[in-house]
Amino acid sequence: MEITMENPKKKGVVLDSIVDTSLKKTPKIETKNIKVWYEEFNAIKGISMSIKPNTVTAFIGPSGCGKSTFLRLFNRMNDYVDGFSLEGKIKINGQNIYKKNVNVEELRKEVGMVFQKPNPFPKSIFDNVAYGLKIQGIKDKQLINDRVISSLKQVGLWEEVKDDLKKSGLALSGGQQQRLCIARTLAVEPSIILMDEPTSALDPISTAKIEELIFQLKQKYTIVIVTHNMQQASRISDYTAFFYLGELIEFNKTKNIFTNPEKKQTENYITGRFG
Amino acid sequence: MRKIKELIIEKTLMTSALITIAVTLGIILVLSIEAIQFFSEVSIFDFLTDTQWTPLFTEKHFGILPLLSGTLLTSFIAISVALPIGLTISIYLSEYAPKAFRKAVKPLLELLASIPTVVYGFFALVVVTPFLQGFFPDLAGFNSLSAGIVMGIMIIPYISSISEDALHAVPASLREASYGMGATKLQTAFKVIVPAASSGIIVSIILAISRAIGETMIVAIAAGQQPRLTLDPTVPVETITAYIVQVSLGDVQHGSLEYRTIFAAGITLFTFTFLLNTLSYRIRKKYQEKYE
Amino acid sequence: MNNIQKNRWKDQVFKFWGIFCTVIGLVLLTIFIGDILIDGIRRIDWDFITDLPSRKAENSGIYTALMGSIWILALTTIIAFPVGVAAGIYLEEYAKNNKLAGLLEINISNLAGVPSIIYGLLGLEVFVRIMNLGASVLAGSLTLSLLILPIVIVSTREAIKAVPQSIKDASFALGASKWQTIWHQILPASGGGILTGVILALSRAVGETAPLIVVGALAYVPFVPQSPMDEFSVMPIQIFNWISRPQAGFIENAAAAIIILLGITFIMNGIAVYFRNKWQKKWK
Repeated sequence: MEITMENPKKKGVVLDSIVDTSLKKTPKIETKNIKVWYEEFNAIKGISMSIKPNTVTAFIGPSGCGKSTFLRLFNRMNDYVDGFSLEGKIKINGQNIYKKNVNVEELRKEVGMVFQKPNPFPKSIFDNVAYGLKIQGIKDKQLINDRVISSLKQVGLWEEVKDDLKKSGLALSGGQQQRLCIARTLAVEPSIILMDEPTSALDPISTAKIEELIFQLKQKYTIVIVTHNMQQASRISDYTAFFYLGELIEFNKTKNIFTNPEKKQTENYITGRFG
Repeated sequence: MRKIKELIIEKTLMTSALITIAVTLGIILVLSIEAIQFFSEVSIFDFLTDTQWTPLFTEKHFGILPLLSGTLLTSFIAISVALPIGLTISIYLSEYAPKAFRKAVKPLLELLASIPTVVYGFFALVVVTPFLQGFFPDLAGFNSLSAGIVMGIMIIPYISSISEDALHAVPASLREASYGMGATKLQTAFKVIVPAASSGIIVSIILAISRAIGETMIVAIAAGQQPRLTLDPTVPVETITAYIVQVSLGDVQHGSLEYRTIFAAGITLFTFTFLLNTLSYRIRKKYQEKYE
Repeated sequence: MNNIQKNRWKDQVFKFWGIFCTVIGLVLLTIFIGDILIDGIRRIDWDFITDLPSRKAENSGIYTALMGSIWILALTTIIAFPVGVAAGIYLEEYAKNNKLAGLLEINISNLAGVPSIIYGLLGLEVFVRIMNLGASVLAGSLTLSLLILPIVIVSTREAIKAVPQSIKDASFALGASKWQTIWHQILPASGGGILTGVILALSRAVGETAPLIVVGALAYVPFVPQSPMDEFSVMPIQIFNWISRPQAGFIENAAAAIIILLGITFIMNGIAVYFRNKWQKKWK
């Protein structure tokens, strides 16, 4: 049996709700009193927040504050960490993603992720982008082809690589690699994209390109980005969440956070007094 | 004074290292000198094409093919056992198993490789053959099947251990990327991790083949001493190594043609393993560069 | 069933196949040791260890073979240990990145893969015939020394490599010469690792059969070697000899001797692991 991506109704429980535009106003991601432990260590100490669709939300905070851990809850990437345990509820599109019968693979198609260091597979550029479609068992060559091209176009990589799609993804420059990884994520048509410090390993020009891209992607996707760079957060995000020692200190419109923070700790951090 | 002392020490150490070169040269010289003398009496053509090997009989034939077929047959059976199991174990341990399990199991499996081969030979002859005869009543007391299977068990850790190291060395970021796109562990393992670690896995397989070809005691004990050009795993055969053991146990005069046969057999064996080892070394060197 | 469910199902199937394969190896190991214990444990008593070999299974013992193995082990250690460690030091500390080093490295890697029986042919020709040592303990030990040399060298190198550069720097900065640094800092610091490698190599030597058969070690030796020039037998050859005999009593003997041989091998491996763990902790 083959899944055609044009017909999202056939897909699992998680997807059904995004088609319904009336849900647009309801939160895309909603967490309730989330606590995370690694063995004995309490990494997240009860965080509740909700993220609206088609927005860019930035997570900021000093190293070890739990912002990456929190981000990785949304596509259940922490499941592989030894000693990980979770308390609380996370809803995506209104569905609790940590419920027993939730299909993790299905969830991750819906919630894509871009990592800190560009991590293309040691495969050709084409195969990198086609990977997600192939693992779903899609065999329609035309569909795969179209999707690879449109994804590469979306990230602005098409013109640069259209003549050497067979070249290894590792042969690209760092910035190109990261855009390839974003294209790879877009190809499976998620509705949420998680980005874990996607530009921290890149030069300023590549960073600017990616930021530009994030701005465009907002039209179609909900983006959550972890960043160390406060200028970046203020440039690209609509909302900003400040984390400190496993707690959410402040979460508000980016404008407010950077111009008029409510909490002293937030102010200290963004003015560079610690962190 | 201090300088001279340092120099003497360095030269002494160097001499020790050079002994290894002498060993290689020694092996090549010894094998080829005796083999050349052997081939002055037996034509290389006969050696490579005659289908009988009967140097110890009155009617002598010196065709290496029966010994070679015995060697390849037992090795093939061994690899058929060890490859699927060893590879599965390596993928399971590297991609699925909990850390503590992996840490406990790996040394236990490596214990399999530290058991003396004569013990495996005992196992093949006394346990596995009678067991298999329960299923195949026609199975001879000496046969390549049980020798091959037991040899396969012995080389499982060669494949599982080296492959696991290679799989484990694949950066975690590739795993995350694949999981992050909704791939299962199985898809991630076979589509991303195994291809990325392929050179290491190939090295492990080559080393296992080389080990199987050179293995002596299991086949000498359990596969028999009847050189025979056959692919039938149920009948007695003789491998190159088993032949050398057979001659060494008997009373063969130094310098006789029979004595030289073991060097002719030896150089054949050495050539095979040398090619395999060189190949694996090349691949390993290339693969090290890839990750550095 | 849709594709994703199918993939999950395959994933689960493979997982159980993986557990099965991993466990089957260990189960075979257990069956195998259990079987040998059942066959042989009743045969082991003090007489079995102190008796000479005999034509009759029930009177036979492993005394000469055991003593032969101990002789071989001792001489092999004396020969292979200094040479192997010295070669390892040279490769790791002196010959870095020159042409000779490249040649030595590929050569050692190749030697490690040469079948043991080929070493037997080398020993037969060089030690037994040319050096005229005969089928003596010394000829056997020299042969096995060459066989385990690559293992000793490689493990020496790895142990030395693990010593932090800072220790070397500190020693050089105090004006120590290269050899003084090696002798007073590097060797003590890497001793545990080297020891581990040497013991593992020796445990391999103790189980070797084929090369010793080729150099002419005997299956039947009615006396214990008194000097390195005496003829000898070793445990694995004694076992091999008993396995090849048709009478059931000898199979029992073989099983009993295997228990003792495995005991020796496992104890040596255990000691090696102990040293490795102790040594690794030092750097953590």
